[in-house]
Amino acid sequence: MIIDLQRFIHTERPVWNELESVLNRLEADPNLKLSLEEAQRFHELYERATASLAKLTTFSSEPATRQYLENLVARAYGEVHETREKRRKLQPLLWLRQTLPRTFRRQIQAFYLALAITLAGCAFGTVATLVDPDSRHVTMPFGHDRLKPSQRVAEEEKRTKDRLTGNRTFFSSQLMTHNTQVSIFTLALGTTWGIGTILILFSNGISLGAIATDYVTDGQARFLLGWLLPHGVIEIPAILVAGQAGFVLARGLIGWGDRTTLSGRLRAISGDLVTLSIGFALMLVWAGFVESFLSQYHEPVVPYEAKIAFGVLELIALILYLGRSGRT
Amino acid sequence: MKGNTLPIRTPEGIVFSQTLAGPVMRFFAWLIDSLAVMALMSVIAGALRAFEPVSPGMVNAVLTIAFFVLNLGYSIFLEWIWRGQTVGKKLLGLRVVDAEGMRLQFDQVVTRNLLRLVDLLPIAYLVGGLSCWLSPKCQRLGDIAANTIVIRIPVVTEPDLDQLLTGKFNSLRQYAHLAARLRQRVTPAEAGIALQALVRRDEFDAVARLELFEQLASYFQKKVPFPEDAIDGVSSEQYIRNVVDVVYRTTAKA
Repeated sequence: MIIDLQRFIHTERPVWNELESVLNRLEADPNLKLSLEEAQRFHELYERATASLAKLTTFSSEPATRQYLENLVARAYGEVHETREKRRKLQPLLWLRQTLPRTFRRQIQAFYLALAITLAGCAFGTVATLVDPDSRHVTMPFGHDRLKPSQRVAEEEKRTKDRLTGNRTFFSSQLMTHNTQVSIFTLALGTTWGIGTILILFSNGISLGAIATDYVTDGQARFLLGWLLPHGVIEIPAILVAGQAGFVLARGLIGWGDRTTLSGRLRAISGDLVTLSIGFALMLVWAGFVESFLSQYHEPVVPYEAKIAFGVLELIALILYLGRSGRT
Repeated sequence: MKGNTLPIRTPEGIVFSQTLAGPVMRFFAWLIDSLAVMALMSVIAGALRAFEPVSPGMVNAVLTIAFFVLNLGYSIFLEWIWRGQTVGKKLLGLRVVDAEGMRLQFDQVVTRNLLRLVDLLPIAYLVGGLSCWLSPKCQRLGDIAANTIVIRIPVVTEPDLDQLLTGKFNSLRQYAHLAARLRQRVTPAEAGIALQALVRRDEFDAVARLELFEQLASYFQKKVPFPEDAIDGVSSEQYIRNVVDVVYRTTAKA
């Protein structure tokens, strides 16, 4: 049996128009809440539209009308059947006090994995530097391999002119953007089932271990701590948090021991991924400022003990914040 | 071979489909967005250069951060406030939606855009393009992780039967039982072909049009044969108009 298309459209058009106007309102304002009566009417309109689509699908009809209805039903379907909570208005303080530390603790296993891989890299870098000092040309970044630590320390402590004058903010912005990009990349490589994330964390660990060993064996441990601790105690955990997010993503993709569907698993972790991403980005902004405005200044301008103390205080604050904040 | 539509079955038993956007369309949308970002950057750079004599370091710092934030935040911001669209996607009629037809969430928008860094590798979206080409839902890696798809928004036009069916006398309606049988036997796809042939009649050249309507008329005549006097002197094209009139209108027009 074939329906009378014109009469059908004429009768149903007001219902479709009403549904479309409600959808336009809902889509224009993500925070809009319908009253009970409005929600009931919306549901009724949705059911009428789906019934219309069912008729058009069964009987002969104009494809454009069917497309229009499909589009309308698709839009309404998402609003009617969505069970995830609507995102509330941005509450930065609540997010900082509760959401970030709680998310970090909820995904702590992934953080431990990131930490273990980085430490394994550190161990590798240490052994490589001790066994084969020439490996520094491969294991150390940023030209650290060109100078012996004692030479660099002598140069830094002799320097009377501030080489960053007028460019401190620029240097700081470069550090922030570069480190954030690397961290996002570490997270994004979770899509390679975590293999890419492992490689980045391990290679970071190698560089860290090699540089630390180089300075310690050359008798420059005090300089190393004064130089690295102020920004490193935030920067390194930030990269570990990025690795943590990468592993959360990888676990969602692999679904080891989890019987939910791929889309269900990814749906469950998407909020945590975003929270951890914003978290490590904020940490790197702080680390960028500290590295530019404090870490690059050495004795006699700033005593190493003061820098080390600052770094230790930051580390304690970070541990307390991530470990305790938001606990009920 | 994978299809270009994604059917979604609702709990009410209704199936609707989303038309998936292909990698080429998406690439062009990305190109437009890249141009938009570059244009915005030039405007910001132009405005900030005025302050360069005062503090060149600060200007460079702001530019570095602005470029980074704009590059990363452009798609996140627009896809969130425009419900899955950016300038490029709007121009090409594309939209990011949840892969299961649910409401697009902010977390999904952020995730798919953060993971763009991997999709961009090694150059010009090679990884993303390859993933899009191989994935059954045409998803790049960011889409897979965020559980999103990119669809084409259909351009909807109203059907106008009055204009198509010139209002001439319909000889087939004289035989009500045969007209009812025709309505019963013609499938939606066949009815659609007849209707589309009429809608597009002016796009064919004269010979092709004649041939097409002859073939269609012969097909529908075989489907339900009408007596000679109902089709005598009726051209093939008019016969198809009569068929469409019978199929789409259950009551005769006065």
